[in-house]
Amino acid sequence: MFSFLINRLLQSIVVLIAVALIAFSLFKFVGDPINNMVGQDTTLQEREELRERLGLNDPFHLQFYHFIKNAAVGDFGISYRHKVPVSDLIAERAPATLELSIISVLLSVFIGIPMGVYTAIHRRGFISRSFMSLSLVGISLPTFLIGILFIFLFGVILRWLPTFGRGEVVSIGWWTTGLLTWSGIKSLILPSITLALFQMTLIMRLVRTEMLEVLCTDYIKFARARGLSEQAINFGHALKNTLIPVITIIGLQLGLVMAFAIITETVFQWPGMGMLFIQSIEEVDVPVMAAYLMMISLIFVSINLLVDILYAYIDPRLTIDGGSKHG
Amino acid sequence: MADSYRNKSNSKLKQFFAGDLWYDFYHSPVALLSFSISLICLLLALTAQLIAPFDIFDLAAIDLMDADLPPPWAGEEGDSRFFLGTDDQGRDIWSGILYGAQISIFVGFTSVIISAIIGIALGLLAGYKGGRIDSFIMRVADIQLSFPAILIALLIDGVMRGLLPREMHDELAVYVLIFAISISGWVQYARTIRGSVMVEKNKEYVQAGQVIGLPSHIIALRHILPNVLNPIFVIGTIHLASAIITEATLSYLGVGMSPTTPSLGTLIRIGNEYLLSGEWWITLFPGAALVILVLSVNIFGDWLRDALNPKLR
Repeated sequence: MFSFLINRLLQSIVVLIAVALIAFSLFKFVGDPINNMVGQDTTLQEREELRERLGLNDPFHLQFYHFIKNAAVGDFGISYRHKVPVSDLIAERAPATLELSIISVLLSVFIGIPMGVYTAIHRRGFISRSFMSLSLVGISLPTFLIGILFIFLFGVILRWLPTFGRGEVVSIGWWTTGLLTWSGIKSLILPSITLALFQMTLIMRLVRTEMLEVLCTDYIKFARARGLSEQAINFGHALKNTLIPVITIIGLQLGLVMAFAIITETVFQWPGMGMLFIQSIEEVDVPVMAAYLMMISLIFVSINLLVDILYAYIDPRLTIDGGSKHG
Repeated sequence: MADSYRNKSNSKLKQFFAGDLWYDFYHSPVALLSFSISLICLLLALTAQLIAPFDIFDLAAIDLMDADLPPPWAGEEGDSRFFLGTDDQGRDIWSGILYGAQISIFVGFTSVIISAIIGIALGLLAGYKGGRIDSFIMRVADIQLSFPAILIALLIDGVMRGLLPREMHDELAVYVLIFAISISGWVQYARTIRGSVMVEKNKEYVQAGQVIGLPSHIIALRHILPNVLNPIFVIGTIHLASAIITEATLSYLGVGMSPTTPSLGTLIRIGNEYLLSGEWWITLFPGAALVILVLSVNIFGDWLRDALNPKLR
């Protein structure tokens, strides 16, 4: 168990260092950072002094060390474009992304699970069949097209909902929320459904498959024989036993939500971190790109590490052969 | 010699038409329909230069007077020359879709082929050599698999764009895209090939080859490889659909193809600005084309997977 954990931890650290190296090489190879900081009229000598003072003449490994040291405390320097520290930019954009992601995960869980249960119980019903074929279409459609269709339907034809931005936001300390104003909630509806749709279909299909398997087992038949109500059997006994894989998938999906948030945010002009990243690519704003790269890989590595540890805890067989899941 | 070779390939064709796969295909409406739609899309896109009514790259043929015309069957201002309407610069939407689909399909196919080559090579190496090389390659595959492919493509694309000088973005956009999508997709191939190679490696013909002293790259490439290639076609078909989606998504986000050589995703991005003012045809027709293309390829891939899976027989 212990060597397994060390193994996985080392692996995660190697991944983070590799990503850091890529992020750092962006700084090294894209333009001259000095040009991005000073005006046209700075003399060559002043530039050279600044270069020396910033440590840009240091050897590569020393610069990389400083980069890691600063990155560890969240300091990625100043955005070339916005002229403010990157950490401030990200802190300003983070609430929008987090709010969107959390709401859509909740939506997908609270709609996806009941739909999965329903389609498993009424396997041959008309509604179940239409759910299943709809979900197939939902999986095949690219996220941005679903967003565009929603905008067209609810924003342009019906004019019910706003199609861009967050609406009015209220700030609570450093956190800004759109959940407390009517326009904020209205603005959240379309993006969160767009982001939730993919996971919703995934959770629904997973719950359905697991439920179908559980419903055939002996203890369910026995529960029926005892005369328990359908309600108690389906939700109390069957659903409970399907939840472990479902929870794992939901955990792993958190990373996917962050990835798809980039697309959803761009479609709906949602002022979150994903849109910040896309803009930074277009404008070659290296500090922002590097910070986002490091942040998203940190999130993914931690989620995977957590899942690995949980699995090792639940299933000790995994830790026997030196921690390789695929023997 | 040539004659016997022809006979051999002829008999292979006959074998195929007499086989289960062809029977299943011929008797499955889903497979027939999805395959013919994919094929039609492919042919239309490949012959865009011949069948498109307008050349969208020819600036002389574009007239700003024709800009923003709706399809003739949907509004009174429409012009019967443009049966899907025109965009903001007076370009015919239908021609745009044909040329755009050509670029999308080109990027999709090329990325799938490169992914497959990388994946097959690494899978073969890992499965045949085993040991440290194997665990290293598979560890990298594990790590890559823990990130969603579209995110990896986006990050690689972003980093490459950052590293290139700005003037070269438009010229090199297509290669950057192909590189990013290929690198994000090799894992599936490598894993499958590795698994099959590990089974094949212990069979007698491989041992026989080793005993007579064939070099290992000959055994791996000439003897094992042909026996493990079958599943690649299923993975490739499904990967083609997702590669086209990835390309469209990146282009839609503005980090893919440039507006001067638009793919379907770029067309959707261009039209998106006009959606709110009611000019829906600029976005929705390229979107519909993308959906038809991806859905038909996907459904055919699904059918192929089930048809080739012995467990479901």
